[in-house]
Amino acid sequence: MTATARAGSVAARSTDPARTGSGDAIRTEGRTKRFRSGQVAVDRIDLVVPRGSVYGFLGPNGSGKTTTIRMLLGLITPTAGSHSMLGEPMPRAAADVLPRVGALVEGPAFHPHLSGRRNLARLDAADRTSDPRTATTRIGTALERVGLTAAAGKRYRAYSLGMRQRLGIAAALLQPRDLLVLDEPTNGLDPQGTREVRGLVESLAHGGTTVLLSSHLLSEVDQVCTHVGVMHVGRLVSQGTIEDLRTAAVPRVHVRTSRPDDAAAVLRRLGVPAPTVHSGEVVADLGPFEPEALLRELVLADVPVREFRVDTADLEDVFVALTGEGFDVSG
Amino acid sequence: MSAVEAVAPVRATSRPRRVVSTRFLRSELRLVFGRLRNLAVLAVLAGVPILIAVAVRLSSPDSGEGPAFLSSITDNGLFVSLAAMTVVLPLFLPLAVAVVSGDAVAGEANLGTLRYLLTVPVRRSRLLAVKYTAVVAFCFAATLVVGLVGAAIGLALFPAGPVTLLSGTTVGSAEASWRILLCALYIGACMAALGAVGMFVSTLTEYPVAAMASTAVLAVTSQVLDALPQLSAIHPYLLSHWWLAYGDLLRDPMSSTGPLHGLGSAAAYIAVFGALAWARFAGRDVSS
Repeated sequence: MTATARAGSVAARSTDPARTGSGDAIRTEGRTKRFRSGQVAVDRIDLVVPRGSVYGFLGPNGSGKTTTIRMLLGLITPTAGSHSMLGEPMPRAAADVLPRVGALVEGPAFHPHLSGRRNLARLDAADRTSDPRTATTRIGTALERVGLTAAAGKRYRAYSLGMRQRLGIAAALLQPRDLLVLDEPTNGLDPQGTREVRGLVESLAHGGTTVLLSSHLLSEVDQVCTHVGVMHVGRLVSQGTIEDLRTAAVPRVHVRTSRPDDAAAVLRRLGVPAPTVHSGEVVADLGPFEPEALLRELVLADVPVREFRVDTADLEDVFVALTGEGFDVSG
Repeated sequence: MSAVEAVAPVRATSRPRRVVSTRFLRSELRLVFGRLRNLAVLAVLAGVPILIAVAVRLSSPDSGEGPAFLSSITDNGLFVSLAAMTVVLPLFLPLAVAVVSGDAVAGEANLGTLRYLLTVPVRRSRLLAVKYTAVVAFCFAATLVVGLVGAAIGLALFPAGPVTLLSGTTVGSAEASWRILLCALYIGACMAALGAVGMFVSTLTEYPVAAMASTAVLAVTSQVLDALPQLSAIHPYLLSHWWLAYGDLLRDPMSSTGPLHGLGSAAAYIAVFGALAWARFAGRDVSS
């Protein structure tokens, strides 16, 4: 999705009168989960998912994303705090709220001896708000949206990991939803499937559905999300629009030269903090400095500059800075 | 997902209306009775009366001692029902009930389908009620399968002459039939009590096999304790103590004291273990 298209869709969504003034899709205050083992899996998080947003819920494996989602949906009892979904207090209003929420939690789970279609029919039958007269149509549509129509009659046992994931998403789409909570929806999908899920999330968001998309993969979130929250060891360490997060990233200056030590000395003299040298390149945080001024000083100091580059740190760097480690390492 | 653009997503607008419906219960019944394993269990139970009838038919009339009612079979084929129920009551039937009731919650937890049912959402109390109703249906189905197959094979292989009851009175086939049906229903009710115990055990674990085994062990333990005369003080409170009281229904005049005690005991077990299951499950963290 191009930046222009995303901006357009955000604008379109924010003018929807049904949404303005109706609060956030999800709001938590100090939600905490301490397991009986004493481990604090989620530590006082204040999650705010605005209506109409596609919220990327990021964090390494084991950072508390799934535990948070389980608390949101009322599967586990929170130790402290409060939260609301679609403007109603949870878990008290679960019976009214959850029919409007589609969820994929920690991977798909279905009865292996039933077909995909039968599995969806069972979930639909369990829903007291669903209309039995439209069940067949809705199930058919959900299967079609995830590309499972051809395999609908096959037993779940025979499904590949990707097909199972798709069926899980289809289950979340059985009803029109105000909010979709998708926990790692592209796990096990091939690149083609990942692209399709991304397209699906975008089309749902265009229709006005708020999406909470959890992932440990930055690339997934980067391309579809309007908002991002980053979890690290049970804490929500950052939250905001994806643009905010990008601006929070400190741009860095790269200088390639045959005399890197001299270049570093010049930068240090100017007050640029801690320039580092490796393999003929000097890298430093730009800080408040004008790149033009730095370059002029370097040239005036007779440093032979082969390349001078300022890059806006990409989100990957921001996440590494926030979580203090590689993104795929569990925290 | 090629049709993504073609299907315009529709936003839910108002608060959804809940309706009372038997869809979930019917789905649960289909799940229990459509499952190959459970059908195999029912088939094994159905095999018992067939085995008994064929064995008696092939053997000489005076082949010695056997389970209760066995000697009456040659007079009236309906007694195959009673003999078969007596044979399956101590172990086969409790095992069958343990399999289905132990699987009720633990099976869904193990598959992970429990979390998806709860986010549909299905209220936890409703989930237990539906699950237990299906367990009870299975208890009666299992007992009736034994009874009906027994009656069918019995009438096919043996005459339907006058039946001599336990108290020595002779009654006709019609009278005998409904008394046997009453016995089957009574045993079904006793099994429903075991089913309540099994469902409680099922809320304690995410491993269905553990729940099934524990329930079966409980049923057998109860019978072992019931057989120790030193423990006679606790006998009336044991789960299995009144199971054999259906014999009273075959006396003339019919005695209801034993069976009524048995039904009272079953009701108490269902109430206590139903409440325990609810207390355990209502606040449990579903993290499977």
